[in-house]
Amino acid sequence: MSQDVGIVAYGAYVPQLRLRRSAIVAANSWVNPGLKAQGKGERAFASWDEDAVTMAVEAARDALGEFPRGGISGVVFASTTAPFADRLNAGIVAGALGLGDDVTAFDVSGSMRAGTSALIAGLGLAATSEGAVVVAAGERRRSKPGSAQELGNGDAGAALVLGRENILARVVARYSVTRDFVDHFRAAGEAYDYGWEERWVREEGYLKLVPEAVRGVLAKAQLSARDISTLVLPSPLAKIEQAVAKKLGIAESAIVDGLSAQLGYSGAAHGLVMLAGALEKARPGERILVVNFANGCDALILEATPAIADFAPRRGLSGWLAVGKPVDDYMRFLSYNGEVGMEWGARAEFGNKYALTMEYRFSRDMLGFIGGRDKATRVVQFPKTPLAVAPGAAADRVASYEDVPLANLRARVIACTADWLTYHPSPPFYFGLVQFDNGARVQMEFVDVAAGSVAIGATVEMLFRIKEIDNVRHYRHYFWKATPVAGGAAQQLEAAQ
Amino acid sequence: MSTGIRDKVAIIGMGCSQFGERWDVGSDELMVEAFVEALGDAGITRDEIDAAWFGVSCDPINVGNSSVPLAVALRLPNIPVTRVENMCATGTEALRGAAYAVASGACDIALALGVEKLKDTGYGGLPVRTKGLFNDLWMPYGSAPGTFAQLAGAYAAAHDMPMADVKRAMAHVSWKSHENGVKSPKAHLRKAVSMETILNAPMIAEPLGLFDCCGVSDGAACAIVTTPEIARSMGKNSPVTIKSLQISVSNGQESSYNEWDGSYVVNTRKASGRAYAEAGIKDPRRELSLIEVHDCFSVTEMVTMEDLGISSPGKAPRDILDGFYDADGKIPCQIDGGLKCFGHPIGASGLRMAYEMYLQLQDRAGERQRADVRFGLTHNLGGTPINNVACVGIFGRLGD
Repeated sequence: MSQDVGIVAYGAYVPQLRLRRSAIVAANSWVNPGLKAQGKGERAFASWDEDAVTMAVEAARDALGEFPRGGISGVVFASTTAPFADRLNAGIVAGALGLGDDVTAFDVSGSMRAGTSALIAGLGLAATSEGAVVVAAGERRRSKPGSAQELGNGDAGAALVLGRENILARVVARYSVTRDFVDHFRAAGEAYDYGWEERWVREEGYLKLVPEAVRGVLAKAQLSARDISTLVLPSPLAKIEQAVAKKLGIAESAIVDGLSAQLGYSGAAHGLVMLAGALEKARPGERILVVNFANGCDALILEATPAIADFAPRRGLSGWLAVGKPVDDYMRFLSYNGEVGMEWGARAEFGNKYALTMEYRFSRDMLGFIGGRDKATRVVQFPKTPLAVAPGAAADRVASYEDVPLANLRARVIACTADWLTYHPSPPFYFGLVQFDNGARVQMEFVDVAAGSVAIGATVEMLFRIKEIDNVRHYRHYFWKATPVAGGAAQQLEAAQ
Repeated sequence: MSTGIRDKVAIIGMGCSQFGERWDVGSDELMVEAFVEALGDAGITRDEIDAAWFGVSCDPINVGNSSVPLAVALRLPNIPVTRVENMCATGTEALRGAAYAVASGACDIALALGVEKLKDTGYGGLPVRTKGLFNDLWMPYGSAPGTFAQLAGAYAAAHDMPMADVKRAMAHVSWKSHENGVKSPKAHLRKAVSMETILNAPMIAEPLGLFDCCGVSDGAACAIVTTPEIARSMGKNSPVTIKSLQISVSNGQESSYNEWDGSYVVNTRKASGRAYAEAGIKDPRRELSLIEVHDCFSVTEMVTMEDLGISSPGKAPRDILDGFYDADGKIPCQIDGGLKCFGHPIGASGLRMAYEMYLQLQDRAGERQRADVRFGLTHNLGGTPINNVACVGIFGRLGD
């Protein structure tokens, strides 16, 4: 194990929307009265304009903060629900993070282990790279209405940054077991999982393959179960962590909560999501065992360093969990996930074909939300245009710009509305004009808006989202949207109402 | 040094189709309806027309590209025809083309015709456009009411005015236009509506309710222009003349440069300033008799009252509520009911506004006729408050 590479930053992302499970149960218990036993808590669900890529991007931004983008050499994206089967999803992530063209980027998929597979691959990549490597996972799994998966799953993203400097947690050892144990599967091109009996999965799967992997990693690290202070074991199965810990002799106090109360099981991302949460609480010297079961098992032992105390993600898992908006809007959830076809009216019938040529010409600035400072007038604008917008800018020569990334800046609302006429998958369509302190001014869509929270003067921050989906060609175009800053003036306004 | 077109162009004939949901006809019939009226009004034959300008905006659901559809519909004798499109200012733009041709001496008699058939989409509101432009990479694309609704909040913020007061002034704008529309036989909506109904209407784009939005309809309007000398030779001794036609177009500074506060329309100010200079109007509040402005939404009309320099900054709501712009006020605005009651067939609207001024200046406006009409102003605004085309036209009698 290369000792000089470790986790140098971590972050997570959880969509604000949280569906109360009681709403799912209320809608579906006519089919299966047994669901009533699972009606507690909330599950996170992605808005119509979020996917595995956007959630991975937000998690990576959560981890990176102001981390210099030039110091990043690679991006590994993990998901089993990547929006593109053939187009580098990690490339979209790299663009959104504003990374240079010289990064190595690849996607990891294939099983619920993809998150830890990406971490393992990322460690290898980091060991042979000059700069840091971003490992970002996102998952947005579909589930049949009325299924246990619908209740148990949640959408989320998580990210780790791997590097050599200021390591927060080093990798002590890792060990993997690969066995074609098919607890569930999803055939290529299919929307839903097909699963086998849970009792068999527990007994033959979790309680045999997980111990095998854990014993392997403990042996490699020359540690015993009692040396593990934190156990990260993502699973859709309730209380499986307790059974595994008991079998292995790991203290019950080491078990990291599976986040079912507010999030649900976020598939391939869930191990990294739980790890990001565990790292928020970790103290120097603590050993974290990450075990990820799927067609075998990955096991890694991490050890927190003294530097862990000095790091904080921008918001962190706890921060994202705290800004949830619990709803009973089951039909909204179904619609966002394509499980029902709402009547959108004829205004929804329009051509939405993106010219890939045009998208490519501007892809760097659009994916990264990069404006330009006109070198002559020093005025910042977005987008860059052949002639600068500033009054007095030269008309007799093409403008030249310095890059000014806008994605991590806040802005203020100049004008806004809630438009009920235009077609939008989540009406009303909130949009308006925002002003950055550096002078840039951009017309933007507003998202994650509580009624009344977008108002003139409100402070907003930027989120990477799907701008449009072409339902004919199944393409999606991404751009940035503005959201009222939690706890800002806008939220106070909402509270006042 | 340019001398402008004041009194260089006379309008000798105009026509306006019935506006409304014209399920019975298509664009060709609408064009012919307006054209036949204008030709009869002018007392000329089709062969006397030297050139034509054709305004139409939404080609996917209308007549398609080029000027051929006009030439075919009117069976024009192979004369030059130019198709123009400038969003909601399209009709005025067509008139500007014809007027400039006459003023330049290139033509003796020119035709301007605008048409739009909006009610072939199968839904309310303006047609939804196909996306895929550069701007679609990043720009949010809302509905027309969504873009104009943003004026209201920004106006309230700029003048530190409670939104309830702004809403009331906006409601009065719509109430007044509906009152006026009752007396317009060619209008689409001819029904008075109470303030209460307006204020409690369903929300379209906050804070604009249903009655803050103009109608959507089919229609065409047409003008025949010539020189004052030719008009006189035809026995029209005191013809209606164009005092000014000015247009101002956004260059992107409102949307991309950090100066504009979103509470007014830059181009209306610029176009009206130039129009007053061209027409010799020093004090619009005293000199204008009538105005027809682009009331696509009530808030647009409200803000336009200040942008035209008639109401002082921050005082348009007061003037509106005081009845200054009512039919019996100092300067009636939308004496014919405006876009609010005619609806807004985009290519036709600018010419429809000119049609009302043309009638009023000749004491031909029937029940709507105002006494002593001397200068009438029309105003078109295409696009959104943030990126737009504003046209201002001023009309009067020759020598005034």
